[in-house]
Amino acid sequence: MTERSRPRLNIGAVRSTFAPWADPTAKPLVRFENVVKRFDGETAVNGVSLDIYPGEFFALLGPSGCGKTTLMRLLAGFETPDEGRVLLAGEDLAGKRPHERPVNMMFQSYALFPHLSVERNIAFGLKQQGMPKDEIAARVSEMLSLVRLDGLAKRKPHQLSGGQRQRVALARAIAPRPKMLLLDEPLAALDKKLREETQWELMALQQQLGMTFLIVTHDQEEAMVTADRIAVMRSGQIVQMGRPADVYEAPNSRYVADFIGDVNIFEGVAEHADGLSVRLASAESPQGFDIVEDDRIPLGSTAWLAVRPEKILVHLDEPPPGPNRMAGKVADIGYLGDWTTYLVELESGRTIRAARANATRFVDRPVDWDDQVWLTFARDAGVVLTQ
Amino acid sequence: MKARRDRTSLTALAPFLWLGLFFLFPFLLVAKLSLSETALAMPPYAPRLDWSQGIAGLKAFLAGLDFETYARLPTDRLYVVAYLSSLKFAGVATFILLLLGYPLAYAMARCTPSVRRALLMAVILPFWTSFLIRVYALIGILKPEGLLNVALRAVGLGPVSLLNTDTAIYIGLVYAYLPFMVLPLYAVLERQQHDLLEAAADLGCTPLEAFWRVTFPLSLPGVAAGSLLCFIPMVGEFVIPDLLGGSSTLMLGKTIWTEFFANRDWPAASAVAIVLLFTLVIPIVLYQRQQAKLTELGR
Ligand SMILES: Nc1ncnc2c1ncn2[C@@H]1O[C@H](COP(=O)(O)OP(=O)(O)O)[C@@H](O)[C@H]1O
Ligand SMILES: [Mg+2]
Repeated sequence: MTERSRPRLNIGAVRSTFAPWADPTAKPLVRFENVVKRFDGETAVNGVSLDIYPGEFFALLGPSGCGKTTLMRLLAGFETPDEGRVLLAGEDLAGKRPHERPVNMMFQSYALFPHLSVERNIAFGLKQQGMPKDEIAARVSEMLSLVRLDGLAKRKPHQLSGGQRQRVALARAIAPRPKMLLLDEPLAALDKKLREETQWELMALQQQLGMTFLIVTHDQEEAMVTADRIAVMRSGQIVQMGRPADVYEAPNSRYVADFIGDVNIFEGVAEHADGLSVRLASAESPQGFDIVEDDRIPLGSTAWLAVRPEKILVHLDEPPPGPNRMAGKVADIGYLGDWTTYLVELESGRTIRAARANATRFVDRPVDWDDQVWLTFARDAGVVLTQ
Repeated sequence: MKARRDRTSLTALAPFLWLGLFFLFPFLLVAKLSLSETALAMPPYAPRLDWSQGIAGLKAFLAGLDFETYARLPTDRLYVVAYLSSLKFAGVATFILLLLGYPLAYAMARCTPSVRRALLMAVILPFWTSFLIRVYALIGILKPEGLLNVALRAVGLGPVSLLNTDTAIYIGLVYAYLPFMVLPLYAVLERQQHDLLEAAADLGCTPLEAFWRVTFPLSLPGVAAGSLLCFIPMVGEFVIPDLLGGSSTLMLGKTIWTEFFANRDWPAASAVAIVLLFTLVIPIVLYQRQQAKLTELGR
């Protein structure tokens, strides 16, 4: 939960200069064109168009059942689209069987071959390519050290821990040097600590190999940490696509704002716009909300203001009256060590989340349960959403 | 605590009692018989243990036992031929069963659940009638004026005489033992994860290559289990060669029967049975090793 609050322009900025999607001359490695996939009349993927560029670490993010795995399987060749096309390096993949496609998949279940040792699992794809024996041996030992499994070459999968199995699955999928690696919930089966470590390792690995990665996950933190770009999915459609920072700080709908990180959403009516800011009349704040907003919002229409908890300040002393100010009582405090989350109950009965980094070990006046507090946020702290 | 331990040890004892009573005791009896000699008496063997003479009687009895019957076995062509032909019948039939049973089990494991239920039923259903009746039904089909020849005549093909031939024995063995081959194979194939095949395809295998590199090696425990489950009882099979085979067909089951009931040579029959048993110990041990492996893989 710590990732969500890194300042703008810093988030996901592993490579701030890497942005092939913004370059009109760049050629995508993978292109989905209006892809539709139905199962027994039920639409799992509903008109997805998507470009993924060479060297990119791309994440498909969405709740369980939204069609992420299906989209990935369409690329790997295990499903065929009912409509639309899937292209790899400009070539239509229609009619190509999975074994003919130069992409490899790391299965959510790992799907390790139980009758083969670790090294023979890793060598499986290499043998299939007809690689000479000594080259296979060299590649396998290279892979083993890459995923830090040296010494376990002779083990069978059932003699490994979950984390080790995950590494074997990864090594097996990257060993044949595919054009692209597909990872279906690669970290879902690991415990939290290992998951976090592995996220960083995956990023390092992707950089080291220069390979294009497509990761499927329902875990927003996983997507935010690892990916260059994220596509947020909902019922078979992509609802927003962009860098982690863009998706987090500039969600385009209440759904995305709510799905990625925590958010407070205030409903109101757009009242006044002077070209620079919007005044949103709302029951939650006596003087309404004042927001810098670049998009034009029709006056008199209902709009929603989304403000992240860490952008809301908690005051024990009453600040001067003005917009973006709410009064309430501390109803609950969640202490996470690095962060503290305050649940503040407004007079209207509405509960607001505010979060604060515990930057110092001691505070003069700690906020306590049932304290009367005031909440404020800056004019550029929130996003106005129209859907 | 004590009472509880007693109860567990009793429970553990039960199978040993069972084995002792119904396996070890008869086995010792047969072993003893095989070390005796034929005699014109009732029962037709000597020596007899005379309890009234105490230790001396036991000593005389033990002195009367020898391995002469065993020594006689390899010199008699009849036994050697019966022994080898039993192994041949069982071996060839096992191979045919594997060729027939594997595709059947594979189809069962891969088809839709409703078709699978029907196929499973078809495999198990014959068990609901007596084995003997099914063999007699086979006679009804194979005999010169039987169903098979009637059907062949109807399509203008000449009569075939199958009854009392080796072919009839193979037909009978394969028919009777097919479920014992299919069910273990089905069990391993059905349990196999589908995503393994997808992983193989993903790593460049055509469906056929995926079968040979993944499906088949993973089904080997089932192949071994099915083969041994068929081979072991088929070596000693009596009813099928007796009813379907010709008079010249020699199989150990028949030999044992003849020695016992026709020749009244109980020691010879017992010796043949013991030799058969020890031949089968090897595949039985192999089978158990496979079973242990299967359990390990199935975790
Ligand atoms: N082989 C299939 N047969 C029928 N329905 C399927 C199949 N695969 C996926 N679905 C359905 O498609 C939808 C999307 O599934 P999936 O892509 O696995 O979602 P996600 O990976 O996002 O959790 C779900 O409603 C699921 O039930
Ligand atoms: Mg999924």
